[in-house]
Amino acid sequence: MELISIEGTPKTPTVNMNPETGVVAIKGRSIPENSIEFYKPIVDWLEEYAKAPHPKTVVNVQLEYFNTSSSKCILDVFKKLEMLKKDQNEVVINWYYEEDDEDMLEAGEDYESIIKVPFKMIQIVD
Amino acid sequence: MSKFLEECFEQMNHGEVVVSYKGSINADVIADTLGLVETKLEDSEIHNSIKKKLYNVLVEGLQNLYHHVDMPKDLIPQEKLESNFGIFIISKLPDAFRISTGNFVQHSRIDDIKEKIDKINSLSSEELKDFYKFVLNNQKFSEKGGGGLGLIDIARKTGNKLDYKFFKYNDEYNFFILTVYINF
Repeated sequence: MELISIEGTPKTPTVNMNPETGVVAIKGRSIPENSIEFYKPIVDWLEEYAKAPHPKTVVNVQLEYFNTSSSKCILDVFKKLEMLKKDQNEVVINWYYEEDDEDMLEAGEDYESIIKVPFKMIQIVD
Repeated sequence: MSKFLEECFEQMNHGEVVVSYKGSINADVIADTLGLVETKLEDSEIHNSIKKKLYNVLVEGLQNLYHHVDMPKDLIPQEKLESNFGIFIISKLPDAFRISTGNFVQHSRIDDIKEKIDKINSLSSEELKDFYKFVLNNQKFSEKGGGGLGLIDIARKTGNKLDYKFFKYNDEYNFFILTVYINF
């Protein structure tokens, strides 16, 4: 399986996905007009990865903010992780939010309640 | 621009203007506007979490506009307008930012828009949260839009009611103005 390494832009996040280490990182802003196009390779990668995953998958999500067009795609990413966990794999989701950013904390809680995989909420302090 | 649009523009124009725009709404305009607003607020005393909320709501509002500027072709030569015409004004009031967006809509769509906004405005913050999660998890999204999540998200993030008006243009079209406030 290949490594995914996408550099961030003003409208899309930096994405790194490593099948050798099981570490997935999404960081930055996610506000593209067409999110489906951006997230499709990420969701496809996770589907492929789930066939022979690393024993422990660690997902670090550190978004500054995201649009509602991305929100559904991000949920699709989490649903893949939910499946991975259902298949008895260890999955850790770290949801980062900046100090005082209630919106981002709440967004993490929304996802956590939908996919029923516990999130670790991590506050970033300057 | 016609007198009609000038009047609509005036309706939207309040407070100290941060950015005002009339013309074609496309991805570049949205990116440039966001960059411009960020630059203008860089040194302001507004708290970072409010700035982030403003950028988030701004992107949502402008992309909502972008997805709905399906302007009638026959209005283009008549009004001497670019295609995908829309208006937006971002301004600063004493205690809030104000984002007003405007676009043409057909009469046939008015009832749906009203119903949707009125429903959102009738919900408490807890109900909005549940509604957001329901739509996120159950509604099929289209290639272009967020499946109707945009307005729910704006209402949720701002904690304010969505303000809207329709101005009749002719027998077929109205100009729809949506205004939202981000308190600071």
